[in-house]
Amino acid sequence: MFRILRNFRKIDFLLLFGGFLLIAAQVGLELKMPDYMSEITKLVTTEDSAMGDIYKNGGMMLLCAFVSFIANIGAGYIFATISASLSMNTRKKLFDKIERLDMESIKQFSTSSLITRTTNDITQIQMFVAMGAQMLIRAPMFAIWAISKMAGKSWQWSTITAIAVVILLATIISIMAVVIPRFKLIQKLTDRINGISRENLKGIRVVRAFNAEKYQEKKFAKANGELTDMQIFNGRMMSIMSPTMYLIMNGITLAIYISGAYIIANAAGLERLTLFSDMIVFSTYAMHVIMSFLFVAITLMILPRAQVSANRINEVLATKINIRDGEFDDKTAERGTVEFRNVSFKYPDAEEYLLRDISFKANPGETVAFIGSTGSGKSTLINLVPRFYDATDGEVYVDGVNVRDYKMSALYNRLGYVSQKAVIFNGSVADNIAYGGKKDDKKIKDAAKTAQAKSFIEKLPKKYQEHIAAGGTNISGGQKQRLAIARAIARDPEIYIFDDSFSALDYKTDAALRKALKEKTGDATCLIVAQRIGTIMHADKIIVLDEGRCVGMGTHKELLKSCKVYKQIALSQLSPEELNV
Amino acid sequence: MFNGGKGGRGNAPEKSKNFGAAIKRLFGELGHLRILVIISVVFAIAGAICTIVAPNRIADLTDEITMGLVPGGNINMDAIWAIGTFMIILYVVAGLLSFSGGVLMTQVSNIFARNLRKRISEKINRLPLNYFDRHQTGDILSRITNDVDTVAMSLSNSLSTIVSETVLMFGVLIMMFITNWQLALVAVVASVLGFVGMGVILGKSQKYFSMRQTELGKLNAHIEEIYSGLNVVRAYNGKASSDEKFDKLNRRVYIANQRSQFLGGLMHPIMAFIGNFGYVAVCVMGAILATQNVISFGVIVAFITYVRLFTSPLSRIAQSMSNLQSAAAASERVFEFVDEKEMTDESEKATKINKDKIRGNIEFDNVRFGYDKDKTIIKGFSAKAKAGQKIAIVGPTGAGKTTIVNLLMKFYDINSGKILIDGIPTSEMKREEIHSLFTMVLQDTWLFAGTLRDNILYNRTKVSDEKIMEICDTVGLTHFVKTLPHGLDTEIAENDAISAGQKQLITIARGMVEDAPFLILDEATSNVDTRTEELVQKAMDKLAEGRTSFIIAHRLSTIKNADLILVMNEGNIIESGNHKQLIAKNGFYAELYNSQFIL
Repeated sequence: MFRILRNFRKIDFLLLFGGFLLIAAQVGLELKMPDYMSEITKLVTTEDSAMGDIYKNGGMMLLCAFVSFIANIGAGYIFATISASLSMNTRKKLFDKIERLDMESIKQFSTSSLITRTTNDITQIQMFVAMGAQMLIRAPMFAIWAISKMAGKSWQWSTITAIAVVILLATIISIMAVVIPRFKLIQKLTDRINGISRENLKGIRVVRAFNAEKYQEKKFAKANGELTDMQIFNGRMMSIMSPTMYLIMNGITLAIYISGAYIIANAAGLERLTLFSDMIVFSTYAMHVIMSFLFVAITLMILPRAQVSANRINEVLATKINIRDGEFDDKTAERGTVEFRNVSFKYPDAEEYLLRDISFKANPGETVAFIGSTGSGKSTLINLVPRFYDATDGEVYVDGVNVRDYKMSALYNRLGYVSQKAVIFNGSVADNIAYGGKKDDKKIKDAAKTAQAKSFIEKLPKKYQEHIAAGGTNISGGQKQRLAIARAIARDPEIYIFDDSFSALDYKTDAALRKALKEKTGDATCLIVAQRIGTIMHADKIIVLDEGRCVGMGTHKELLKSCKVYKQIALSQLSPEELNV
Repeated sequence: MFNGGKGGRGNAPEKSKNFGAAIKRLFGELGHLRILVIISVVFAIAGAICTIVAPNRIADLTDEITMGLVPGGNINMDAIWAIGTFMIILYVVAGLLSFSGGVLMTQVSNIFARNLRKRISEKINRLPLNYFDRHQTGDILSRITNDVDTVAMSLSNSLSTIVSETVLMFGVLIMMFITNWQLALVAVVASVLGFVGMGVILGKSQKYFSMRQTELGKLNAHIEEIYSGLNVVRAYNGKASSDEKFDKLNRRVYIANQRSQFLGGLMHPIMAFIGNFGYVAVCVMGAILATQNVISFGVIVAFITYVRLFTSPLSRIAQSMSNLQSAAAASERVFEFVDEKEMTDESEKATKINKDKIRGNIEFDNVRFGYDKDKTIIKGFSAKAKAGQKIAIVGPTGAGKTTIVNLLMKFYDINSGKILIDGIPTSEMKREEIHSLFTMVLQDTWLFAGTLRDNILYNRTKVSDEKIMEICDTVGLTHFVKTLPHGLDTEIAENDAISAGQKQLITIARGMVEDAPFLILDEATSNVDTRTEELVQKAMDKLAEGRTSFIIAHRLSTIKNADLILVMNEGNIIESGNHKQLIAKNGFYAELYNSQFIL
């Protein structure tokens, strides 16, 4: 938790100090008020006291209340500012860090978890700092200050207060000890309810086809019953809490008064008055002390949640950035070449290599395709070019320069990358195609045409200005993929990288697109990962991967003769006649 | 405060569309639980009355003590103890009442929540399939968990709070005026002044709370977008523009956060000030009255408590009202789902087909169908499939191949025309009856949390282990089963280390156990490694043996030797016939088929 506070700026510490002072002022003033009350008590209970004295003391009390109110507001303002700026700065830092993480770390954290960390977890921390921090400063200060004021007045009353505090804490702790582990169980059971419903929804057709509705409902009813029982148990335990608190607070006043009656009865005549006003004041202080402990207990109860969030954030911030920017940003001798020299790759902590000793060269204008079953490493291989990962051994060259030496932006300006799952940004069709470059209407339209996206775009109500949302449903998956491809074309890159980008397209569109691409960008080099033989069988060079090794390299015809794995893949998709073997 | 909440939705309560109607509906739905609610409200009222009476006794107690302050006066210890004992009883009774009320309310809210969840889960199985095409899984799930929790928890808590706190407030008010009207007036005026100020500030802060929610929403959307497309952001040098947007949004969230936090946080100081202000006002006024001997000192002590009791209910009532508001909003979402139109009732349909004597003919006779009544996508389709034939359904992605499956399985009712099984129209049969005639294996392999045996048997009982192993043998799962730590009893979860291919095999095995005369099969695309794919295909061919099968085809070998090919595009069946006929026709199919070989 405290490591998060390192994201404080100097001004925040200054503010924090100011907030501390204001809280101290507020606590002091609030505790000053019973003193005046005590004066008033004395004035009331003695005969012939002047009205003016009562007004004076009353006025002082009101002044205390008002100044403490102002101090309280000031502290509130400061903590609102601190918490908001802490969350802003931490969020910025986290966002920046995540943007620069390598793909492997991102996979490890998982994208959805990173999103929660940047949004929810930060909000948790902010809430804690806004509410909890004030409480954690104020409550102990209140307790200590009040105790020091009470000290020496009466050991009997102090003992009563101490006993009340002990009972209070014991109650809270024992209830929490029972309840908290069950809260975790409840979370698990809720997840289970969720899981069962999700599986029912995902498999709704299967459930119905197998007439298994009752089967699912029975499963749900069981989990539902367990969850309800657990919640009822916990609810009952929690029901003890608030009555007990009230009982303790009321009880302490009563106990002080009754014991006070004895103390006063046993005192000498003149002392009685002082004791009486002390008693009234003491009961006020005692209430403050009890409340303070209660607040601290509550704050400490919400602390673990903030703690968890803080740890999750720190974990990301502590991750090392593995991929460093290079320096090279110059003209190159070659144009449109990609070369792998004895490249191997494994995740740093893994034992198994994902890629082993891969070497090939793609010459300008060539199409090089990669095929292999899932897990053969073809996506990993192609991701080494835009440095989503760095090779463990060996080197990758683009235009004859090692990719590590490039300034990232210089490297990316040479590449047109399309991912497997189309990425669409919130914005218009035109924004999406022109992403990362200048908006040039002609270029956008040309790119759309080549990517076979023109016809559907022009059917949209606002055509190129039509707004599409990230998870938008107004265009289909295949259409999104075509936009993503148009985006790459609009960059007019030297080298295209298609990471299995054609699988979402039907055969017809796939073929038309590749044809148009060849015509339009004949001189650009193309790296394609594909699953369909049809997509790649006309490539200049096909590289067959199996368990990270290159098991065949050549044209479709050559490989059908020489490579067993390739033939196997081909035959699983096309019949022998169609393959002409 | 103690249950930790669920986070997520933020602080601003969601607004319901029609608060009154929603609350009325909620009470109706409580059913016999209403009795428990009423009892617990009675407890809460009784508890509140105890709380109201107590300060009055404190006043008496103080007065007894002040007797001893007058020179020569004496404290009557018996009287002190009498009052003390009465108060202890009062406090304990109040505590017990409040505890019992709490326990009852816990019972009510959790049982209510359980019933709601049960109703939703059963509702899922009675809704027409197109509901699920139109709604996201996440949305339905959040109704089962978040919304139900919100409804149950805030309903029960707010209800007893509102009732008991209102009683408390008016009770205190009455007691104050009975005890001393001057002091009562001072206390009330002081409190009301404070609350007016609070109302003004809270009204202002509301704007910032909703602003915070909107701005935070926008920022979160941007973060989500960038993280999900990080590869592309990088490869297109989009970081600068993304950062610029992020900073702008982050800054706005900062401002909204700071303002809303501050204004919202004012609540506490204001409450404290009202309390203090009332305290001072009562002390001074009380002192004046006491010196004039209008009141005893005990009254001041009682009033100090009264002021505290009077100011706190208002804020708690306000809090509960806003809780109730979110409960109403959540309940609208829950009931909206529960009220969705269900599939037509078929309980009177009694036509049955003997599974053992079935021949296996299916006929489409001039079938017309559309997901929207006014948008027919299948216009008068007719075709015949004879027993044991293989019917392939082909077409580009999104062509509507699943529509055929939906109609065969009677997931949807056709608009007009007939689908006949062995000459009997499916419209005369119950859905369950038709389902039991079909085996269905879909491409998105669906496994659930449970043992492997559960997953293969799924809803079938009385199948021996030998039979299961025999089937595993047929589909080629035996080796896999043997590698599992507990064989058939191994627990498998959705994302376990079971490969896509093995998942396919398991669902095929499930289809074999079903052993129905008709088969619907969605062939896998090549998302599996090559060796497993061969296995899967072999298993699928085995499954199709001797059954009239409808196959959503991806493999050319399947398509070419199908007895009938249905070619679909944009929801319509545009061509049908066998491979040779269709190629000869040189239409859409021929083009689709040939496109695989051209560059």
